[in-house]
Amino acid sequence: MHKRNFSILAIVFLVSAAASSKAGRFAGHAIAPGTIEGIISYTGTPPKMKPIDMAKEPSCAKQHATPVMTEAVGVGPGNTLEDVVVYVSAGDKGPQASQPATYEQKGCQYIPHVAAMEVNQPLEIYNHDQTSHNIHPMAKLNSEWNKSQPPGSPPLKVTYEKAEFIPVKCNVHPWMHGYFAVLGTSHYSVSDDKGTFTLKGLAPGKYTITAWQEKFGTQTEEVTVTSGGTTKANFTFKAVPY
Amino acid sequence: MRLGTLRKKFVSNLSVILLAAAATALPAQEARVGNLDGHAAAGKKEYRRYCVGCHGPGGDGLGENAQWIDPKPRDFTAAVFKCRSTPTGTLPTDDDLGNSIHRGFVTTNMPSWLPLTGQVRADLVAYIKTFSPRWSQGHGTPIAVPPETPTTVESMLRGRVLFQKMECWKCHGPAGHGDGPSASTLTDSKDNPIHPYNFSTGTRFKCGETNQDLYRVFMTGLDGTPMPSFADNLKPAEAWDLVHFLRTLQPLKTPEAMAWKTWLQTHGSTLTPIGPEAQQP
Repeated sequence: MHKRNFSILAIVFLVSAAASSKAGRFAGHAIAPGTIEGIISYTGTPPKMKPIDMAKEPSCAKQHATPVMTEAVGVGPGNTLEDVVVYVSAGDKGPQASQPATYEQKGCQYIPHVAAMEVNQPLEIYNHDQTSHNIHPMAKLNSEWNKSQPPGSPPLKVTYEKAEFIPVKCNVHPWMHGYFAVLGTSHYSVSDDKGTFTLKGLAPGKYTITAWQEKFGTQTEEVTVTSGGTTKANFTFKAVPY
Repeated sequence: MRLGTLRKKFVSNLSVILLAAAATALPAQEARVGNLDGHAAAGKKEYRRYCVGCHGPGGDGLGENAQWIDPKPRDFTAAVFKCRSTPTGTLPTDDDLGNSIHRGFVTTNMPSWLPLTGQVRADLVAYIKTFSPRWSQGHGTPIAVPPETPTTVESMLRGRVLFQKMECWKCHGPAGHGDGPSASTLTDSKDNPIHPYNFSTGTRFKCGETNQDLYRVFMTGLDGTPMPSFADNLKPAEAWDLVHFLRTLQPLKTPEAMAWKTWLQTHGSTLTPIGPEAQQP
């Protein structure tokens, strides 16, 4: 008799414990996901971006009425920075994405300049140009490979197993530079041309977020997300003119 | 003997055999080159004698000679290798590494180490693999090199079309002189300037001399350099066509070059030049 009561009590306890911890932090009373958003700015003088001469590839040169600029430091109004990857570096669950990320070669440029994706997320690389490109992601933690992709080829499909910021280049077209930001989290955002970023869908709690810019390095901040709330977090990088 | 005792004996014998097999299984840093087992402990002593001057005590290519030589010595800590029988992005086999040591790299400071015995070579391969943890993943699966197709002028002409279409000329130049429009800006994965192969002065390749070696060059890519793999873009028969055409660019009396030379005398004027003009769609 006593044994049976005890085991029923144990089962009830275990189920409720499971419900409160595993079934999601949003279960039970009204907990809603929160957001972190902010603006990335810089102080000092950033390097001037230069126009790209595509004369060696006429099929690409003619796609740009005015020459495109190099993209290492993309600046926006109010001293803001574009293409900064902001991501949760501590406090988060791991990567979850299964839909492919995409990377395009168009007009002899990489679009987007910085492609953020998750560890083990499929990546599809397209060549929309009339010239061959070779995709050469210069990975150090992941494998470094180099493949040719003639026009009209099907997309290259790859995945990366380790979190890493990988510079990507085309050897045939030396002005082409881009990045794969392979991240170990599903919460990340690449800042837009006004320097704004938004991390959505975060369970309330404490997080460490990191901002990465290809020339200026990384910065981190500790942030607390409240239920259904929006937490502001801004980053300021010190720009150097070279 | 009773059946029960027989079974017990069988099980105990089997477990002894399995235990022995597990004990002799090769750990990650050992090697097998040809039919010889290489051992890293022995290889370390030999490395200190033969290799350290260029490749450095840390295997990172920063030996004391490195500053004066070009191309730079291989950085074994990066675990990226040029001459492989395995696909791009994968590690070479132990035989690939042993062949590289034996053959050396023509036109570079890496000599062909013919005086080394096979055992020394196998030991060196085992030691080289201790410089990077990536070796615990194992090497790639060697690509299949199907039998060579017949060496005909038609094959060479098809190869010539591929040389144009795959845009080899953009680096290697229309006549394979290493003077294509992109040649002057090429850098390797360490950002050192690097030249594309010049077929008109080269006789051997860094990764071998035979048609099979040439096949592997563009079907596995030369990792760490601008030379990509075309394995996704060429069928094996097309790859052989390209091999046959590339041989016509070299100053050698190969069967391909001789047949091509004869054919050119009567048909040379029918060829459209390779290069940007031929690219217009």
